[in-house]
This record gives sequence, structure tokens and C-alpha cells, in this order.
Amino acid sequence: MTVNEFKTTAGLSALCLPEPDREIRGGYVGDLLSWVMGRAKADDAWITIMSNQNILAVASLADVACIILAEGVKLEEDLLATARDKGINVLCGEGDAFSIAAALARELL
Amino acid sequence: MENNLNFHFAVDGNDFTSAGLASVQLKKALRQLGLDPETIRRASIAMYEGEINMVIHAGGGEADVEVSEDCIKITLADHGPGIKDIAQAMQEGFSTATDHVRSLGFGAGMGLPNMKNYSDKMEIESTPGEGTTITLYINI
Repeated sequence: MTVNEFKTTAGLSALCLPEPDREIRGGYVGDLLSWVMGRAKADDAWITIMSNQNILAVASLADVACIILAEGVKLEEDLLATARDKGINVLCGEGDAFSIAAALARELL
Repeated sequence: MENNLNFHFAVDGNDFTSAGLASVQLKKALRQLGLDPETIRRASIAMYEGEINMVIHAGGGEADVEVSEDCIKITLADHGPGIKDIAQAMQEGFSTATDHVRSLGFGAGMGLPNMKNYSDKMEIESTPGEGTTITLYINI
């Protein structure tokens, strides 16, 4: 399923969607960046509440399909500009990480 | 080995917001070389962990990358405090990072283990009080 399709299915909002047709093949939930780097796989949707600049480097290097910010967390405008520039999809939702992960699991598992 | 490509990056030790810059530049360069995406991913993650470690623990350092026909060699050198007990530092979850660093999402004690897991060979030379040099080899 694509990032854009999951956004619609799960009722998420797009903060930045430069690659809407990127395929999501799995998911990972975590806020500790090295943990995410070590365990997330390429093409995962990464669900987090972390919103500092370093998440963009992690998303880019780990090559995840998108970042999904849970619990209504938003990114600053300058970080969104960087995300657009690097081709990183960033979605957000009001639900907690569990409910977003559950929605993803319903689609993928 | 005159066909080898070399890259040099200075890692700024005072700037957490730009941490990762060298790794992202390396990723771009490796992409331009047309390397396999998983190899690029492994090399750039290993490099990022090294870069972050130099920012967190050593006040910055230098990264040199040499790409040959069959290997990416990354050398990360700093003049920080060194690692007292390398075996302990290699354990997942062991960290000496400050609370501030942890609040940024780092310091989970996964840096060195990730570097080991994402490379094919890893060498650490460290002298307390003088610094640390880590060399990573990623086979192509």
C-alpha cells in the first residue's frame, strides 16, 4: 500500500508528501534514534513522537517510506522544508502510536 | 589503487542540528556511483552512528571514506576522551550519554553495536585521554 493510500485509510494528515506513491512494506515504532536506525527496515512506516531535526537524517539514512508523527505532534516549518527537499514523507495523526500501528497492521498483516 | 574514490568530512562537534550532514552527503555520493541500495543504506547508517558518537562524546572529529572496487572503508577519528572499556561499550544498551543527549533521542547505547552490525568488519583503536579511531569496512 502506498503512503498516500495509508494516509487516507488511517485518517492521517500529510505535513509533507513529496513521494506519495512510495510503497509501505512494514512498520516500526520508536523514539530512540539509534534503536530505529538499528531495527527499522527500508520501506517501513516509522511511527514516532520525536520531532527534532535529527529524525529527518534518520528517516533519510534508514530509507523508511514515511515518518508518522503520533499524538498530534507537528514539525516546525523549516524542518518541513528540509523534509520536502530530501524527499521525506511526513504524516501526522491525533491517535497514539498504538492506534496508528494497529491501523497499519490491519492493512499489511 | 588509483581508481579509488576518497571523501573527507569534518564533523562539527558543537552542532547537533547538523549532525548527519556528512552521512547524507556520503549517501548521495554512493548513490551517484550506482551502488546497491542496501549497501548504501548500511554504509550511511554506520557512518551516521560514528558521526553522532563524535558529536556526543568527542567534540567532533574527521571522517574519511575510501571507495574501492569491492569495499567501502570508513575511518572515523577523534581526539575525544577515548573509550575506557571497549567490550562494555560494544554491549547494546550501554551508554555514557548525558540526559540532554538522551532527550534528543540519542544515547540509547546502540551506536557502536549498529556500526558493527551494519559493517562487515570493524576495528576500534582507543586511548583514554587521546582519542578514538574506528575503521569500518563494508563489502560491495
